Amino acid sequence: MITVEGLTKRYARHVAVDNISFEVAKGEIVGFLGPNGAGKTTTMRVLTCFLPPTSGKASVAGFDVLENPHEVKKRIGYLPETPPLYPEMEVLDYLVFVARLKGISGADVRKRADDAAGRCALGDVRHKLIGKLSKGYRQRVGLAQAILHNPDVLILDEPTSGLDPKQIIETRELIASLSGDHTIILSTHILSEVEHSCQKVLIINRGRIVASESVTGLTNKMRGADAVSIEVQADNLNPADVRQRFEQIAGISRVEVKDLRDSRVTLEVESLAGQNVRPELARSVVKAGWNLLEMRGINMSLEDIFLQLTGGNAPSPALESPVETAPKDEKGGDNK
Amino acid sequence: MKNIWVICQKELRSYFASPIAYLLITVFAVIFGYFFWRAIAYFIEAGMRMQMQGAMQPMSVNELVIGPLLSNMSVIILFLIPMMTMRLFAEEKNRGTIELLLTSPIRDWELVLGKWLGSMIMFLVILGVSCLNILLLFAYGRPDWKPVLAGLLGLILQGGAIIAIGTFISTTTRNQIIAGSVTFAVVLLLWVLSWLNFEQASWAKVLAYCSVLSHGESFTRGVIELKDVVYFLSVIFFGLFLTERSIESLRWRA
Repeated sequence: MITVEGLTKRYARHVAVDNISFEVAKGEIVGFLGPNGAGKTTTMRVLTCFLPPTSGKASVAGFDVLENPHEVKKRIGYLPETPPLYPEMEVLDYLVFVARLKGISGADVRKRADDAAGRCALGDVRHKLIGKLSKGYRQRVGLAQAILHNPDVLILDEPTSGLDPKQIIETRELIASLSGDHTIILSTHILSEVEHSCQKVLIINRGRIVASESVTGLTNKMRGADAVSIEVQADNLNPADVRQRFEQIAGISRVEVKDLRDSRVTLEVESLAGQNVRPELARSVVKAGWNLLEMRGINMSLEDIFLQLTGGNAPSPALESPVETAPKDEKGGDNK
Repeated sequence: MKNIWVICQKELRSYFASPIAYLLITVFAVIFGYFFWRAIAYFIEAGMRMQMQGAMQPMSVNELVIGPLLSNMSVIILFLIPMMTMRLFAEEKNRGTIELLLTSPIRDWELVLGKWLGSMIMFLVILGVSCLNILLLFAYGRPDWKPVLAGLLGLILQGGAIIAIGTFISTTTRNQIIAGSVTFAVVLLLWVLSWLNFEQASWAKVLAYCSVLSHGESFTRGVIELKDVVYFLSVIFFGLFLTERSIESLRWRA
């Protein structure tokens, strides 16, 4: 559906996007991930024909963005970073305006506008002035604007930025409900976002793609080993003892003391792939007469992968995550 | 064609959703009313004086009232139009809505024409409200309507040209104040260029020919000259052409 080949976008002084290539198949949801200023927005702007590429090719549904921008624009719904809204218009009037702008005509205009407002849960504000809406509602009006003409391709630039956790979940659900008949590219610098919504992830840093893979494939690949976090408690507990004891268990490759408080010790234990060392760990704790307070598996999150791939020089994305960086979701399975 | 209308409607809606439309209509009507009142007062006084002197020359409402009124108005619109055009593109750029317009399946020239047409209709409304005054003259006297129409046509053409210039300047910045003041400066310059007519050098004559005012003059006297019509139409065309090129260059520079 979307093909990008050797795309480069150079501004006066710096290169925003440097020779990137990727492909997105029909119906896929692809997450564009990267720190601020990595080139996500620029790439999206090229795809939506807002900016021409300096060199390289980009095409949407078989139409080149330079040669046939009109056809490309017809097939794209775009939500820019700041939703393009007119504060002096009412929500429904705005949607009607956009519908006509997108080339819908006649009785369909009103129907599509109503429909989009309904899908984005704008029912109760449709006659309010956009200028009076809260940030969350504005974002949803922006989203309604993008899906209004039922485009083949949806390009969403940070669709959940500035939303509260409840709205983020609603937006995610909306995006998920759009998948299937729409091809979606969404950008974000929040990693949990991608883990939740996307099947495929493109990690971009300083204008280059550093990884392009399915979300599950990427986590699997980077993990290599299983890790367990274990918390042990006993009177006069010496962490070195615990560590020593654990290191003797077969299959354990690394033990690290993570936290030490009063008489509690938290350790991170890594084992070789495929070895289940948990029963042995538990037995060993009990045998030593300590109390086992907690034991849980640690999955390497996209955060870790991200930092690893971008050399750790990115502004820590974890800090910007507005919601829980939930332990990996149950999206596994569609590893295509 | 349909797209032009969509944009135009949106522009009109924006004008009337904000106080700017009502403000401009009121300001223009008040100023127009004042000039109208003074012109009529002068006309009546001149008529009285003429009667006391026993002179029996016929007095023309067209020459003494409508002509001066319309030429005054052609100056006033130089001040008003920058206020209408400054927001056209500067506001869209500032709000980021330009991204919506430029990624929608409409052509650049449709966008430009729609914006210009919206402003033009706004201008016609402002002019229309003020021209109700002139109807009064028809109620109480018998002015010749043809020179009035010629004068109005002159104002409309002149307005269209200035709007085209203002639309272009609005594409060059995201700050409305800058767009407005630069437009005003340019238009003012175009106006005073006519003073160069007193110079003898040929370059001065050429520049003087470019003045908006020297082309508006004959209209107020009820004369429609082809060279003036061509002048205004070329300015409109050139202004809109520059606007379209400027929009195109936005993509390459942005």
